[in-house]
Amino acid sequence: MSLQVTDLWLDLGEFHLRGVNLEVTPGEYFVILGPTGAGKTVLLETIAGLHSPRRGRVLLNGEDVTHVPPERRSIGFVYQDYALFPHLSVAENIAFGLRLRGMGQKAVAQRVDEISRRLSLHSLLQRRPETLSGGEAQRVALARALAIEPSILLLDEPLSALDPETREGLQRELARLHRELGTTTVHVTHDFEEAVALANRIAVMNQGQIVQVGSPEEVFRRPESEFVARFVGVRNVFRGEIFPGDGGYRWLALEGAGRQGLRIAVLTDLSGSVHASIRPEDIVLSREPLHSSMRNSFRGRVVGILDRGALIYVTVRVPPDGVPPGATDFVCAITRPSLEEMGLEEGGGVFISFKASAVHIF
Amino acid sequence: MRVLFANRLTVLFSALGALLVLFVAVPLARTVTASSPSLLWQTLLDAEVRSAISLTLYASFIATLLALICGVPLAYLLARVDFPGKGVVEGIIDLPVVVPHSAAGIALLMVFGRQAPLGQAFGLLGLRFVSAVPGIVIAMLFVSLSFLVNAAREGFEAVDPRMERVARTLGASPWEAFWRVSFPLAWRSILSGAIMMWARGLSEFGAVVILAYHPMVAPVLIYQRFESFGLAYAQPVAALMILICLVAFAALRGIPRRNRRMR
Repeated sequence: MSLQVTDLWLDLGEFHLRGVNLEVTPGEYFVILGPTGAGKTVLLETIAGLHSPRRGRVLLNGEDVTHVPPERRSIGFVYQDYALFPHLSVAENIAFGLRLRGMGQKAVAQRVDEISRRLSLHSLLQRRPETLSGGEAQRVALARALAIEPSILLLDEPLSALDPETREGLQRELARLHRELGTTTVHVTHDFEEAVALANRIAVMNQGQIVQVGSPEEVFRRPESEFVARFVGVRNVFRGEIFPGDGGYRWLALEGAGRQGLRIAVLTDLSGSVHASIRPEDIVLSREPLHSSMRNSFRGRVVGILDRGALIYVTVRVPPDGVPPGATDFVCAITRPSLEEMGLEEGGGVFISFKASAVHIF
Repeated sequence: MRVLFANRLTVLFSALGALLVLFVAVPLARTVTASSPSLLWQTLLDAEVRSAISLTLYASFIATLLALICGVPLAYLLARVDFPGKGVVEGIIDLPVVVPHSAAGIALLMVFGRQAPLGQAFGLLGLRFVSAVPGIVIAMLFVSLSFLVNAAREGFEAVDPRMERVARTLGASPWEAFWRVSFPLAWRSILSGAIMMWARGLSEFGAVVILAYHPMVAPVLIYQRFESFGLAYAQPVAALMILICLVAFAALRGIPRRNRRMR
């Protein structure tokens, strides 16, 4: 189902929405990215019908639902800290929405069974929410939201309360569920990598306004404002595939780099299709190949130099004679003295090196 | 946990604290143990005592019921909604605790008395407050409703409003969200507030005696026997009332607290 938000205005205590426009296409995984206090949660709650906007409209599948109460919108909602009903068992939590729809005992049991299998919650059905771990509780909250077969799924920082390991697992679970069910999803987060890993498109939000919408690549390659650039950060984000290696390393083959394209040594337990990021400060530039402990060293060509005051961002294309998408651009941060010392200029050849541990796989 | 007599500070504080605890416990224990069980039993067989005690239990129960019907909705509003004058409303609810109870009785008499407009209006419906059970009920209600409303409000405040919002998105109307989520989660607090209120109603003397000396509730009976016949006659009735209140108190303590803090 599609979602459209037009010119939404709302004041709620210290939170404000100021003319928010959004368009989410059917089946899309849409991520709203923004800092704490940007109004992301309030926006989700307004889409769900929990607050009445001062101005503007919310359309579900083209139908104006601005004044329809939440219980008649068919929306699945998941909060950061789960908001499970503590007086009900896991099974009763999942069945909550189904019972309200007047579904018969048998049909309810069947649906609960089905959804709990899908989310591997089967062994937890009789448990009480307070006995669950964070990851389990969030899967129950997801199951409860998905049980009613919502036309749209709204996730409010669903991974933020979890420890890093659980978080990674649940992130994959979200991607899998979206692949399998194809539910239109709006996911709110302040975590850039989470957004990149899951989103078809990202909307960056700040102070109650949407400041940029685009694919993950567009947002971090072409930030349209100082805020987006700062919040997203200048960094290298790639998509690729992990292959087995030796000596404790694995290989990351960058997407679009071709058969004999770029292979980067990385440290990770993950496999398959992944994202990788390298901080510009972690890449070393040199005129000559370096003999060092760094596992990754490539020859490239300087294609851009961006002066940002204290730091200079140098964009290096590997291989030097390539053109994207066959070639990969790395952004490297160096200080002004280093730039002058090396005498780098656009079009010149240069070597880049970085440690396998400097590559963050997610 | 630290050892109670770890140093001079805790030794001194223990001694001072113990004085206060004994100050409450000793007189109560003394009253209850002063009469033999057989004397207590005999007192209980006294028709006058029995009717006073059952009237007390009954009137306080009705007062608590009335407070539940109006007080739980009020408590929910106070916990959930911000409205102008909310502070004033909260203050009014707390007021009965600080007003002298005999003054509260006078105040009620000014409104519900035979000459007062409201009293006359109710009189047309056959409801009389002065020297009648309804008068006892409103006196108890007035002086003890704060306990119920405040406990219920705290109970609702402990329920994360996002739980209600999730319920709404799952298809619950505001009513269903209240009955299926908020109320069951606040129920323990409401129940303990109700028991507290009931026990407070049982022990009310000042306000009740102004509105209705007769029919006689147990605290008034204790006072009347003390005035007319002396300590020896008042003491067994007092012992019985203390025992009844202890039972209510034990019930209150027995309500599990495990859901008090909910996410």
